Amino acid sequence: MSAVPAEVASHVRSLRRNDLPELLRQIHDPPRTLFLRGSASADVLDQAAVAVVGARACSPYGSQVARMLGRELAAAGLVVVSGLARGVDGEAHRGALQAGGITVAVLGCGIDRDYPAAHAELARRICERGLVVSEYEPGVEPAPWRFPARNRIIAGLAAATVIVEARERSGALITADFALEDGREVFAVPGEITSTLATGTNRLLGQGATPLTSAEDVLELFGLAASQRPAAPPLGADAASVVERLTEGAASADELARATGLAPGPLAAALTELELAGLATEAEGRYRGVISTG
Amino acid sequence: MLARTITHALVGLDARRVEVEAHLQNGLPAFAIVGLPDRACQEAKQRVRSGITSAELNWPDRRLTVNLAPAELRKEGSGFDLPIALAVLAASRQVSDESLRGHAAVGELALDGRVRPVAGVLAAAEGAKEQGLSRLFCAAASAPEAALAGIEPVPLHHLAEAASYLRGEWQPEPFDEPDELPSPEGLPDLADVRGQERARRALELAAAGGHNLLLAGPPGTGKTMLARRLSGILPPLTREEALEVTRIHSVAGLLPPGRPLVTAPPFRAPHHTASAPAIVGGGSGPRPGEASLAHRGVLFLDELAEFPRPTLEALRQPLEDGAISIARVEGKAVFPARFQLVATMNLCPCGARGDPAAECSCSTQRLAAYRDKLSRALLDRFDLLVTVPRPRAVELASAPSEASAVVRERVVAAREQLRERRPERTDAADALLSRAVERLPLSARGRARVARVSATVAALAGAAEVAPEHLAEALSFRTPNELAAAA
Repeated sequence: MSAVPAEVASHVRSLRRNDLPELLRQIHDPPRTLFLRGSASADVLDQAAVAVVGARACSPYGSQVARMLGRELAAAGLVVVSGLARGVDGEAHRGALQAGGITVAVLGCGIDRDYPAAHAELARRICERGLVVSEYEPGVEPAPWRFPARNRIIAGLAAATVIVEARERSGALITADFALEDGREVFAVPGEITSTLATGTNRLLGQGATPLTSAEDVLELFGLAASQRPAAPPLGADAASVVERLTEGAASADELARATGLAPGPLAAALTELELAGLATEAEGRYRGVISTG
Repeated sequence: MLARTITHALVGLDARRVEVEAHLQNGLPAFAIVGLPDRACQEAKQRVRSGITSAELNWPDRRLTVNLAPAELRKEGSGFDLPIALAVLAASRQVSDESLRGHAAVGELALDGRVRPVAGVLAAAEGAKEQGLSRLFCAAASAPEAALAGIEPVPLHHLAEAASYLRGEWQPEPFDEPDELPSPEGLPDLADVRGQERARRALELAAAGGHNLLLAGPPGTGKTMLARRLSGILPPLTREEALEVTRIHSVAGLLPPGRPLVTAPPFRAPHHTASAPAIVGGGSGPRPGEASLAHRGVLFLDELAEFPRPTLEALRQPLEDGAISIARVEGKAVFPARFQLVATMNLCPCGARGDPAAECSCSTQRLAAYRDKLSRALLDRFDLLVTVPRPRAVELASAPSEASAVVRERVVAAREQLRERRPERTDAADALLSRAVERLPLSARGRARVARVSATVAALAGAAEVAPEHLAEALSFRTPNELAAAA
C-alpha cells in the first residue's frame, strides 16, 4: 500500500478492527481498518442497515426498483448500504438521499478517490448526511480485484442484502454469497425470465433467497412499518385512465394513446401530471407506473 | 486609351463596387491583370482573349493593362470575365465609352464567346442597384435572378450581343418578372409515416413555433423519415424571406437553373463527416456554410452524436444569434443563419437501447463517451426532445395518417396567432410551472424553453391563454433523464 502523506493522514478518520461495528466484526474476514469520509459519526454504522446492490448496466426497471427501495427503506429509518457503482448501486444511494435518509457507500479504492468519476457529485451528497467508507488507505487506486473484497464489507455492514438485478456472473452475486456465508438474510427481486439481467437473481431465488415484492418484505424483518406516503393528489380523468393502462406494464406514448383513445396532446399532459405526482416515470421512450406499495 | 466598367466583388454576402480599368499603350503586345485577382480571375486573360476573337471582334495587339480597383480587395472567381472584355472593347474603341455608362456587368466567358452564369448574381445586382446603376449585363440564365433585385437585366447569350447592344444595333427581349411566387412542390409528405403519433405531434409543434427538435431512439423507427418531412409542413417563405434565402444560395452557386427564387424553406442535411467550416461557413474569401444555407429553413443533423464535438459547439452561437460572423484579416463577413435545428440520435452507440426486442451491448464507458459528445449547453438548445420507441406491428399496419397539407394549415394558423397575440400563461399554468421546476431537473434555460413551447401548444389549440394542460404537454417534451444525467 502506498504511503499516506502525514497531513492527509492526520485528517483521515478510521476505525481499528476492535472499534468496528458489531455486525462487521462477525464476518469471516473483517477489515483491519475502516477509513471513513463524511460528516456523520461512526455510530451510523451501528444502525440497522440494508444493502441494495445489483448490475451496473441495469434496465430502466432495475433502476426504478433500486430507487424505490432506497427511498422506502431510508424513509423507514434504515441505513442503505451500497457500492457507489453505476446502475443499481447509484440509484439506491439516490433513493435514500431523496427520502432524506442516511446511506453508506463502500468503495474498492481509497476514500479520497471519486470512482466512478461520474459519481463524484453523488459521493459528495452522500457525505453530507452519511459516510463513504473503505478498508483501503487514501490514495489507493481502484483495481478489479479489490471489488469482490469490497463486497464482503457491504454484506457485512448490513443485516439483509437485496439483489436488484444481476447477470449470470455478477459482482452482486458475490455480495449475496458473502451475506449467506455470514448468515444474513438475502432478498432477490424477481425479473423477467427472458432477460439476461434476471438470470442471476432468478437463480438466487431458486436457491432459496427470499423474493422481494415490496419494500415491506424487508421492513418486516426489522419489525418496521412503511412510512406513511402523503395522500396522492386527485387525478384528472385522462390521467386516471393512463394509470390504469400502466398497471399492465410499461408502454410507449403511442401505445398509451391507442389504449386510452387520447389524442397526443392531452395524453402528453396526462403523462406529465403523473410524473409530477410521482406515479409514472419515463425511460427510453417507455412509460411505467411507479410501484406504489411499500 | 482608357476605359472603365463597373462590376461587384463579393465579401460574404456584401457586394463591393469594383471598377475595371483597361488601358492600352503603345508597346509590345502584352496583357496583364492587376488588383489582387485570384487564380480563377487571373485566368480570365485566356478566356477574354479567346472570347473577343470568337465574337469576331478585334483583340488589340498592343500593351494592355487591366486594373481591378480598389486594388487591396481580393477578387475571386470568373465573374470578372465579362466586365474585363467590355472594358477592353471600350478601350480599343470598338464600342463607345459613353454607352457603358449606367451599366454594371457580371459573367463568365466561354472560349467561343458565350456568356456563362456565375454565382452571386443577385447580390451583385443588388449592389448595382444601390449604386444607382440601371442595367446589368449578365448571362441569360442569370437574368431572372438579377431582376429580383429590381434592376433591369441585359440578358446575354454571347459577347457579340453585348457589342451590338452597346452600338445600339440590338435590344434584348423585354424581360417579364413573374408576379407570383411559385408554390413549393415535390416535398416528402407526412401521410407516408404510419403510427408515431407522439413524434408527429412534436414535429407539428416544431413547425408551428420554429422550435429546435431532437428525435432520439433506436434505428429503424422512422426518425429520419419524420425529420425530412418538417419542411413540407412549414409555411411557405414570404417574399422578403425568399430573397434572403435566394441571396445566400446564389452566392453559394446553388440556385437550380430556371428557378431563380427559392420559395420553399430550405432543408439542409450535411453528413456527419462535414468539417466545422463546411457547416458554419468559412474559407479565405468566406463562403456560407450549411447553417447559412439552412437560413429560414431546417438544418438537419442525422446521427447528432456522430458529429465531432467542435462542429456541434460551433453551432451554438448561430443558434443564439441567428447569424454567423466570420472574421478575416481583410474584414468581417456576416451570414444570416436563422435556422431550425432538427437532429436525430440513437440512445447508445450500438443502437439497441429503447428497443424492447434487442439488448444493448454497449459498455458503460462507451455509453458515457457517446453522450459526452453532446454538451448540456447544446442539449439545452433543443426545445423539444422526443424519444421515439420502436413502433408495434399494429401501428405500422394502421391507416395512412394526415397529409402534410392538412398539418400545414394548422401550423400557418398557429404562427399567425403567435405573431399577433402571443398566448400568456394563466395563474394556474404558472403554478404548475413552479411546481415542475421544483420536482423535475429543469434548468433556467429549460424553464424558459418549456414556457416558449407551451405558448406554441396553446396557439395550435387556438387558445388565447396558456392553460395548465398546454404547459403540461410542453413539459413532456423536456430533456429525458437518460440524456440529462449524462451531460
